[in-house]
Amino acid sequence: MPATSLVIAVAFGYLCLLFAIAYWADKRSDAGRSVVSSPYVYALSIAVYCTAWTFYGSVGQAAIGGIDFLPIYIGPTLVAILWWHLTRKILRISKTDRITSIADFVASRYGKSQLLGGFITIAAVIVVTPYIALQLKGVSASFNLLLAAPAFHDGNFVQPSAFRDTALWVAVLMAVFSMLYGTRHIDATERHEGMVAAIAFESLVKLLAFLTVGVFVTFVVFGGVGDLFAQAAERPDIAPLFTTVGTRGYGGWVTLVLLSMAAVLFLPRQFQVIVVENVDERHLAKAAWLFPLYLFAINLFVLPIAIAGRLLFTPDAVEADAFMLAIPLAADAGVIAVVAFIGGLSAATGMVIVETIALSTMVCNELVMPILLRLAWLRLAERGDLTRLLIAIRRGSIVMLMSLGYLYFYFIGGSYALVSIGLLSFAAVAQFAPAIVGGIYWKGGTRSGALAGLAGGFLVWLYTLLLPSLARSGWLPIEFVDEGPWGIALLKPYALFGLAGLDNLSHALFWSMVANIGLYLGVSLVTRQSAIERIQATRFVEVFQHAQAGSRAQLWPGSASYHDLYELVARFIGKRRAEQSFAAYAASRNLALGKLSHADADLMHYTERLLAGAIGAASARVMVASVVKGKNVGIDEVLQILDEASQVIEYSRQLEQKSRELEAASSELRAANIRLREIDRLKDEFITTVTHELRTPLTSIRSFSEILFDNPGLSVERRREFLDIIIKESERLTRLINQVLDLARIEAGRFDWQMEAVDLPALAREAVLATSQLFKDREVALELDLPRELPPVHADRDQLMQVVINLLSNASKFSPRGTGRVTVRMIAVPGGVETRVSDNGPGIARENQAFVFEKFRQVSDAVSGKPQGSGLGLAICRRIVEHFGGRIWVESELGKGAVFAFFVPFAEAPAPAVATV
Amino acid sequence: MHELGSGDRFVALLFFAVLAVSPPLLSIFSAPELVLGIPVLYLYLFGAWAALIALLARISRRIERGERGPD
Amino acid sequence: MKSVLVVDDEPNIVLSLEFLMKQAGYEVRVARDGDAALAAFRDRAPDLVLLDVMMPGKSGYELCQTIRANPAWDRTKVVMLTAKIREVEREKGIALGADEYVTKPFSTRELVDTVRRLVGDGDC
Repeated sequence: MPATSLVIAVAFGYLCLLFAIAYWADKRSDAGRSVVSSPYVYALSIAVYCTAWTFYGSVGQAAIGGIDFLPIYIGPTLVAILWWHLTRKILRISKTDRITSIADFVASRYGKSQLLGGFITIAAVIVVTPYIALQLKGVSASFNLLLAAPAFHDGNFVQPSAFRDTALWVAVLMAVFSMLYGTRHIDATERHEGMVAAIAFESLVKLLAFLTVGVFVTFVVFGGVGDLFAQAAERPDIAPLFTTVGTRGYGGWVTLVLLSMAAVLFLPRQFQVIVVENVDERHLAKAAWLFPLYLFAINLFVLPIAIAGRLLFTPDAVEADAFMLAIPLAADAGVIAVVAFIGGLSAATGMVIVETIALSTMVCNELVMPILLRLAWLRLAERGDLTRLLIAIRRGSIVMLMSLGYLYFYFIGGSYALVSIGLLSFAAVAQFAPAIVGGIYWKGGTRSGALAGLAGGFLVWLYTLLLPSLARSGWLPIEFVDEGPWGIALLKPYALFGLAGLDNLSHALFWSMVANIGLYLGVSLVTRQSAIERIQATRFVEVFQHAQAGSRAQLWPGSASYHDLYELVARFIGKRRAEQSFAAYAASRNLALGKLSHADADLMHYTERLLAGAIGAASARVMVASVVKGKNVGIDEVLQILDEASQVIEYSRQLEQKSRELEAASSELRAANIRLREIDRLKDEFITTVTHELRTPLTSIRSFSEILFDNPGLSVERRREFLDIIIKESERLTRLINQVLDLARIEAGRFDWQMEAVDLPALAREAVLATSQLFKDREVALELDLPRELPPVHADRDQLMQVVINLLSNASKFSPRGTGRVTVRMIAVPGGVETRVSDNGPGIARENQAFVFEKFRQVSDAVSGKPQGSGLGLAICRRIVEHFGGRIWVESELGKGAVFAFFVPFAEAPAPAVATV
Repeated sequence: MHELGSGDRFVALLFFAVLAVSPPLLSIFSAPELVLGIPVLYLYLFGAWAALIALLARISRRIERGERGPD
Repeated sequence: MKSVLVVDDEPNIVLSLEFLMKQAGYEVRVARDGDAALAAFRDRAPDLVLLDVMMPGKSGYELCQTIRANPAWDRTKVVMLTAKIREVEREKGIALGADEYVTKPFSTRELVDTVRRLVGDGDC
């Protein structure tokens, strides 16, 4: 039998080892050589899920309900399948926002609400206290069992009176550890490497201890698995364990799976190790199967041990929860019993340490600090070094939590089996699930919705589980459970609204989830999000879309000095760490730290995140706001703007939905846009061309003027020649300017038309006369073929003259010198007169005929190599003729001359024929 | 199969996992016989659980080898 | 004697440039379009070419590119003359290898100075 002193020495030695490991890991971490940055350590630390409840309670559960113990471990395996999606999302969000706890997470999601953070914290404390009590109970019970072994050997197991005192000592030791390694320093990342290393070690210890006991019981005490089960199958009181799915039936099975799925992620200590203590996101992938594998291994021998216990002991002689120790003791194997004890101790300490650290962070950041910061008379924001205060608050919280746990254990814990207490906590933690899961996948969840859901869920939980459990412990009249309050049967806590037939847990889960999810959805739908809620909702839901947190930077419209921010951070995390953090900031952005005088929005955001790591998001925001000068009140205005902006975004989304209708319209718009651009391009081209056309004669004029000016000694012939060029080019310039102006006026519809009845043949003769010199110069023959009489046409005489002269002049230019022949012919056609000017020039290719009447479209002349004229003449002709209601066209074939023809309608009341020349 | 991402695999696995531990399936195996000296229900549950973990490990290793989730 | 090739399709501008260059002491040849200019180059590469940008057929830009593509004509300086005043056009000209870019109408004195600066005095 293990002596009392030996047991105490082993237990103390084990705890010392734990301290040593934590110390060593912390030192390594400070030296920059982390030991916890490994997926294996990560997976082992997550196994803090397995507590004394697993170690002792599972066997107890299996001894009564068969595989009833399993769903608690199968649930986490199901969640592990979702890890890469669900947990990684939570992890990414938490890293981006430096989330410090589950309360911080929920508060951040719903607009950094201090109210929500505080609520979750209080709820977590209420929920976790019994759970801590459970660990104390496990350890002290096992301790006392070991010491009471002789008494047990007489066939009776008596709880010694030292029972409760042991628990006190255990609680004190655990509190010391938590205070030492959980609050060593206040950090922006809120990670505790020493603690993680110790926890991982403890997980290893409890697994090995369990397997050792399992192998011993199965293969040493009994003749192997087959022997054990064969013996059990013979016993009518044990055999049913092989077939029944627990004491709660299938409904209970499903309930337990669901509860454990929520618990493995949302218990404060689980959130701490999975999310807050995570070093590298990639570790998730390996932990996703290593952790279930761990659960698998630790559960392998639960049923064999339970059955062994049932076979060995008469019912009521030994509590089923104590089989782990009782069997080795009964088999006189003291060493194995001590191993079992150490395993149970490690399971309990691991849970208590992480849980109290996680909770102390929550209590400090979400409850105490916000209150202290609000107490204006404390002038906390102006105080010097706040690191000590923060550490003190956390240490105080740990003491408070351990005291609560101990008190719960002392007054209530004795009356309840381990499993029942644990499940009470699980059911409460499940209440976090809707707000969290909804919060990261549904942007619509509002702060009010989350508050209402959580409050509703907890109230129902309180009413249907906690109060009845208190009643059963004798703290409340039991009639309240049996007959309902004031005898109202409909309100019986175990059969609310007459819902009977379910086990207590399923019943509570059903009603609390009805209240929780119903209120969360319902209230979210009828309330509006504030701007910051909407921003946070988007950041959370779309965390993978927004790789980096830059969007919030714009929320700090004011300005602050770098010094103020530094002072602020230093107060909370210490000068040294503050210096390091800001130096890292400056280095990452290639800034000189000394030159940072004015903090930009980016630096303020960085500061906010640093602080968030130490005091939580909600308080951090308040603190940064306290040093931002100028427009910090204007945040509301900025939020207003963002609010409107998001409404616009919403509106545009609706528009997108109607895209099918809009598609037609938008393609029309596109076409119109293309047309407009084409017009714009043409206008541009027109201006460029006009500029060019104007500059060419100007160049000649300027050049020759300067030559004449610089060379007074030029010969008279030369001077004449140059002056002649200057005059000709000036005329060309004048003509061009007139044409451009005419064209512009016609196109703008501002041309002053003098419409009258015009005798076309007379006009043609005049035009011929005007251009006769041109024809003579170019040695081109000109023939007229005009009818004697023609009714007058309706036109502006001067403009029509310009058309005819233009056509004649063109014809003369393009006809070959010497052999050129140009004919002007007029024919009366129905409705008007057709005038045709034909030449025997080079002709115009068919593909070019359409262009000749456009502005600046000149067709190269094979003879001269250069088209002559401005390229505006025919364009103007077309506009003039079209204004008269006529049309102009060209008939030609390459090499066979060209005929330019136009048609002008008769004047409306045909005047009597006028004699022609 | 090559187009399937880790997301699809996880969804499929979750479906089978939920099915495997669902009460109807459990009730099928809830028989008093011993197979290999072990109660059927016990054997089935641990077998299914082990298979589940093995598959989970397979998919997770694909991720570790480089396939990324939604980013 | 340094030689200058004038390439322009406007007879009067060609006339004035020819006069100016001759007066400055250069040997002057004239081409009315790109093909004629290339023929002149093949005949004998000038020391400098005054090149109009807007010409029928081959544009001044194309011609400049062709000249610059031939290593044998490397030492010929190219002065672009153009009525296009936009800065992009100037950049385009310089990018295509022109040494100078002169907008029309130009100052005759400045033009002569530019040519002198690029190839030195005519009589040497």
